[in-house]
Amino acid sequence: MRDVAIIGIGQIPVGEHWASSLRQLAADAAHDALNDAGLKHVDALYVGNAFGAAFSSQTHLGALVADYAGLGGPEAYTIEAADASGAAALRTGYLAIASGAVETALVVGVEKSTDTVGDARTLARNTSLDADFEAAHGATQTALAALLMRRYMHEYGLELSAFEGFSINAHANGARNPRAMFRNTLKPGGFAKAPMIADPVNLFDSAPDADGAAAVILTTLERAVDLVPQPVRITGSAAATDTMALHDRANLLYLGAANRSAYKAYAQAGITPDAVNLFELHDEYTVIAALSLEAAGFAARGEGWKLAQDGALSLNGRLPISTFGGLKARGNPAGATGVYQAVEACLQLRDQAGDNQVVGARVALIQNLGGLGGTAITHVLQV
Amino acid sequence: METTRRQVEFQREQFTFSGTGEVYSFTTLQQAPEGFEEQAPYVLALVKLDEGPMVTAQLTDLDGPVAIGDRVEMVTRKLTTEGSRGVIVYGYKFRKILPRA
Repeated sequence: MRDVAIIGIGQIPVGEHWASSLRQLAADAAHDALNDAGLKHVDALYVGNAFGAAFSSQTHLGALVADYAGLGGPEAYTIEAADASGAAALRTGYLAIASGAVETALVVGVEKSTDTVGDARTLARNTSLDADFEAAHGATQTALAALLMRRYMHEYGLELSAFEGFSINAHANGARNPRAMFRNTLKPGGFAKAPMIADPVNLFDSAPDADGAAAVILTTLERAVDLVPQPVRITGSAAATDTMALHDRANLLYLGAANRSAYKAYAQAGITPDAVNLFELHDEYTVIAALSLEAAGFAARGEGWKLAQDGALSLNGRLPISTFGGLKARGNPAGATGVYQAVEACLQLRDQAGDNQVVGARVALIQNLGGLGGTAITHVLQV
Repeated sequence: METTRRQVEFQREQFTFSGTGEVYSFTTLQQAPEGFEEQAPYVLALVKLDEGPMVTAQLTDLDGPVAIGDRVEMVTRKLTTEGSRGVIVYGYKFRKILPRA
């Protein structure tokens, strides 16, 4: 296997892009990344997208994006793994370069959530649940997260306020990020009073659906050092799956796939969790942030929430997370989210993160989940 | 008939559950997907069946608060309708087991 590096990054602001179509969002991010790498063409395009069919009545995104972005007809197709589609596309690109089959690959994550609104969007998003045993009973991803969170609170004896720190941190970092969907800060004490979506998950707990597109360009480390001044190495890449339905987990309060993919990625990179300088995790709900910290070895089981109590997760803390706002404040453009995580980690490692910079960042961990951990994909990025 | 290796590996056995269990976790949905919006707000639960497995299902016939550990039993109810003139989809929900008088 060949060593792989990221040589170009691109992203558009996350938000509600009523005036742009899916293809426009994707092409803008792609061009941004191509310009950053100083390239015009690539050998392959991998599009991370979760809900193109359900939101936008559009599949066949490989050809669509390659055509609209004017890429000259490369190999191209969509990679889908629910909200982990972006990281799945990144891993596909990584494997293509590492294997020797492809020399340069463009990975684009894109989602156009606002093509569908209201109850119809909730129904569309529900296509990533277990259709027969979850969605058919009126479940939603938020409701399933609520079931998980209530049980977590019950077993560990917690109040809602225990989770507040995750959202306050995400919004504090989002407020500094010009591309974040939400740039407001949250006042301590407000979290527990927010309107409920599915109790105990409230409006300040769950990440917003968003439009967005982000892109990275991959090549071999050998070529990368000649092409750009600051290539970012992908030193670990791993994916794992868990039971599709939440109710089939042997232990509901343990993200097994997240744990296995993280430790496979650590082993490949030859590091342990204490080497990680920042962690872009899948904070779609605060309880998932807590469980992700536990799964990746930063907290014991039942103690992930404690890290959110004392500033350990802030930009100058022991383990900065969600450094550009995370899913909660930057926004969650579903199939694009995993690629945003990669772009943001590269900005940190290239010392280009501006007001969001984690000083001296050399090792970044990024983890993207599909469903509530049914899919987990972890990458280690280093300079 | 000859049994192939694949058939042996995937052979499944019919098993009848008692239909009773307890509430492992629950939530009240305020934002329902299309097809369920008329029922909102409704209570969705993880029910741990007495035989061990867990299922996701709605709680029905509620006239008071729900708590983790509540004893429940399965009943057949309407889940949704496929469109305004479509077929009615029936399935399982759970209701609290009332203490016997």
